[in-house]
Amino acid sequence: MPNAKLMQGNEACTLGALAAGLEFFAGYPITPSTEIAELCAEELPKLGGKFLQMEDEIGSIAAIIGASLTGKKSMTATSGPGFSLMQECIGYSSLCEIPIVIINVQRMGPSTGMPTSPAQGDVMQARWGTHGDHPVIVLAPGNVKECFELTVRAFNLAEKYRVPVIVLMDEVIGHMREKVILPEQSSIKVVNRKAPAAPGSYVPYAADPNGGVPDMAPFGEGFRWHVTGLFHDETGFPSNKGEVADTLLRRINLKVEKNEPEIRDYAVEGVDDCDTLVVTFGCSAMSALSAVRQARKNGIKAGLLRLKTIWPFPEATFDGIMGHVKRVIVPEMNLGQLAGEVERAVARRAAVERLGKVNGELFRPEEILSVITNGAARTAEASK
Amino acid sequence: MSESMKYMRQGRLPHIWCPGCGHGTVTGALTRAIARLKLDKNKTIIVSGIGCSSRAPGYLDFDTLHTAHGRAIAFATGIKVAKPELKVIVLTGDGDCTAIGGNHFIHAARRNIDITTIVMNNNIYGMTSGQYSPMTPKGFLATTAPYGNVERSFDLSKLAIAAGATYVGRATTYHVQLLTDLIEKALLNKGFSVIEAVTQCPTYLGRKNKLGSAVDMLNWFKDGAVNVKAASALPPERLAGKFLIGELHAAPEPEFTEVYGNVVSQVQRKFDQFQGGVRGCEQNSD
Repeated sequence: MPNAKLMQGNEACTLGALAAGLEFFAGYPITPSTEIAELCAEELPKLGGKFLQMEDEIGSIAAIIGASLTGKKSMTATSGPGFSLMQECIGYSSLCEIPIVIINVQRMGPSTGMPTSPAQGDVMQARWGTHGDHPVIVLAPGNVKECFELTVRAFNLAEKYRVPVIVLMDEVIGHMREKVILPEQSSIKVVNRKAPAAPGSYVPYAADPNGGVPDMAPFGEGFRWHVTGLFHDETGFPSNKGEVADTLLRRINLKVEKNEPEIRDYAVEGVDDCDTLVVTFGCSAMSALSAVRQARKNGIKAGLLRLKTIWPFPEATFDGIMGHVKRVIVPEMNLGQLAGEVERAVARRAAVERLGKVNGELFRPEEILSVITNGAARTAEASK
Repeated sequence: MSESMKYMRQGRLPHIWCPGCGHGTVTGALTRAIARLKLDKNKTIIVSGIGCSSRAPGYLDFDTLHTAHGRAIAFATGIKVAKPELKVIVLTGDGDCTAIGGNHFIHAARRNIDITTIVMNNNIYGMTSGQYSPMTPKGFLATTAPYGNVERSFDLSKLAIAAGATYVGRATTYHVQLLTDLIEKALLNKGFSVIEAVTQCPTYLGRKNKLGSAVDMLNWFKDGAVNVKAASALPPERLAGKFLIGELHAAPEPEFTEVYGNVVSQVQRKFDQFQGGVRGCEQNSD
């Protein structure tokens, strides 16, 4: 197995980016994401790519948007405080439809928090951190191999839909080491943005108003187009007209909304007959899987739904799973950010129990198992 | 039609600037300098931030990028590093560049990245109707300094020189020929170049401070400016209350994207000749 390696999530993520065609990285040191910048600094020049350590995270995301405009696949990596600083330019990337990938290796917050401790508190910031309604895609790997796979996918989705894609990792997933067998490069599907054929008739933002994606010309190739964070019409030039703003905002949001089934990604275990469903993602899902398996050994019909795409939230997935479910448990390392969405999707078909953990320590499987077990006992008691 | 009009998106005119604003004069100086140098329209990128001056790229016939407030130089840095063969010009204002964008400004100067930055300094935030900026003179009135500005202001050119810019010049909208010459030289410098273009805002700075019309403000520039060459022969008392214009600093140094580009090609060569092991990140996958 020549491609089998012991590696950490941050490393797998970087290798995934390179496999997807990363040519430009700009970032600023921050725990627990720094290994991604370090590895990019070392590996990108070998492939003719460029690495840039910027003066802060705002500069980092601005630089990758600039680089992406020249046609290069671009990425940055950060954690909570840096991710907060990037929010304005995430909106810029959304509105101007410039593909970028942002890796957020979550740590405890708010503020400086506990920099070396894992957390999953950026679920909502990843979706709603920048102002205004905006499209964004958020993926959440649950193990080291998925850091590779989902980073490749992040680039493919960014290129296809011209949106910022956030890979929401966490300190555990980022620093944990596992044996990973990397796929051969030739077997990896790589998507590139669609470029217009030639200058002349290029209308930069011409697209089907029903969620169409316009072709994107690289800067420096004679198209001479204008990019602005102001609302703009098909030509790319600013407009104050209400109907122009309305058309643009609906179109860019529809790009993601109407393609949700394609963007959707999750893993399940034991959901065909489960009456207790555990819904979670990232590092919490590792403990949850162990708990669900033990519960089944103990005779409890437990199941697991692990989300790999968090945003757009895969609401329809619940319709196929909720058949026998009486209880839904949502373990997550925050105070219920995913649980709120789960409640919405479950729509009162079952009780949703929030299991938030915010002490900077990973869930132990027993903690989740005990909630599954005690609740099951309560349910059995009630049905007597 | 003048040569410089060929570099304008004439269909986008008229511009949004107020009557008497100096930003059009600066934009005109830029297009004349570009025309003299015959820069390739398809290989020149113009980047701006937010504010009155930052609306200029919309009127210029290049690939143009109107970014977020203060971030023009950071976006431009990404463009230049990703594609060093492109000529990159930043148009910004005193608030955009020296307040919210100050960090990117000094670090681009420190790197000596080949970007020509033209700062249209009208000493005020015009787009938001007249708040004081880091370039508003002490004592001046602004909507957020109703009792007079108590803050000290930057000397932008000194700041640029201290931070490492390799070409720095200052001119005003009165000294248009000098401004054009300086922009031309800045565009020729391979490194981080800063042109401080002192420009009038009769609407917000002028009216609030009773500085008169646009013409009065141009006369104010004419009377206040001393060419740096003439200044060297003048006694200090003759320079009191004056500001220097002209070429203030020209000291070429190795340029960032070229130096890094050399590193990249060396690493690539070494890596391509590497005979053993798997192409990848062996030393990091312990």
